Amino acid sequence: MTGMTTPLAGYLLVAALLFAIGLAGALVRRNAILVLIGIELMLNAANLNLIAFWRYGPRPELLTGMMFAIFSIAVAAAEAAVGLGLVIAIHRHTNTTELDKINRLKG
Amino acid sequence: MNAVFYLLAVLTIGGGLAAVLLKHLVHCALATTVAFSGLALLYLQLDAQFAGFAQILVYIGAVAILIVFAILLTRGSDLPQDGVFSRSWSVGFVIAAGVFAVLAWAVMQSVRAVPQQTAVPAVTVHDIGNALVGRYVLPLEIVALLLTAATIGAVIVAMHENGRPK
Repeated sequence: MTGMTTPLAGYLLVAALLFAIGLAGALVRRNAILVLIGIELMLNAANLNLIAFWRYGPRPELLTGMMFAIFSIAVAAAEAAVGLGLVIAIHRHTNTTELDKINRLKG
Repeated sequence: MNAVFYLLAVLTIGGGLAAVLLKHLVHCALATTVAFSGLALLYLQLDAQFAGFAQILVYIGAVAILIVFAILLTRGSDLPQDGVFSRSWSVGFVIAAGVFAVLAWAVMQSVRAVPQQTAVPAVTVHDIGNALVGRYVLPLEIVALLLTAATIGAVIVAMHENGRPK
């Protein structure tokens, strides 16, 4: 476990594991809301990478990674609002949020 | 690497795993909130106070509430009869495990090459504010426009058709 002694690698591994968990959630769950939760987990894993690189990279006073993460949080909030609005609209049309049963684009 | 980091990592990963694997949708939403809080604490551990509190405000305050609202509005609290995982669930787990293996391999390979700044960056909220209205003012304006468009779009998409309730 010599590689784990550097803090940056530890944070990157946690982010990679969280990304894989989010990807698994987006791929295997039936419910559309759970797929959105998986996407949110993946976005958060990317944010953790950005903050970790900001903290341990050179010239943190330029705030590049921090700004990326802050803008990413804002965009993710917008994405969550639109995504959940779409799920509610689809539920009103088809009376289900199971992705296997939503199999046509026509309303 | 101290004990606090391991504790927060376990909290975050455990919350994420529970969110993906639990049966009941409301429990999943609560587990997601746990994962979001773990991430916010990890940000604080990384000396990124502003991002940590933004994470708490936006994710625990807004996104988690939105998810709970969506679950309750779509009657997602009822358990589905034919299982919570899709038919091709094994393929999904294999793909996710493969992605993690590749990412972990890349991290372990490059761990010696990346720079390791150990000094705590002396960045205040004042500096972040200055950067937001200075160097990053155009992205800030675009995000403001995007948030406005997304708010209006979400309301229009979720609104009853022709403005009348069904």
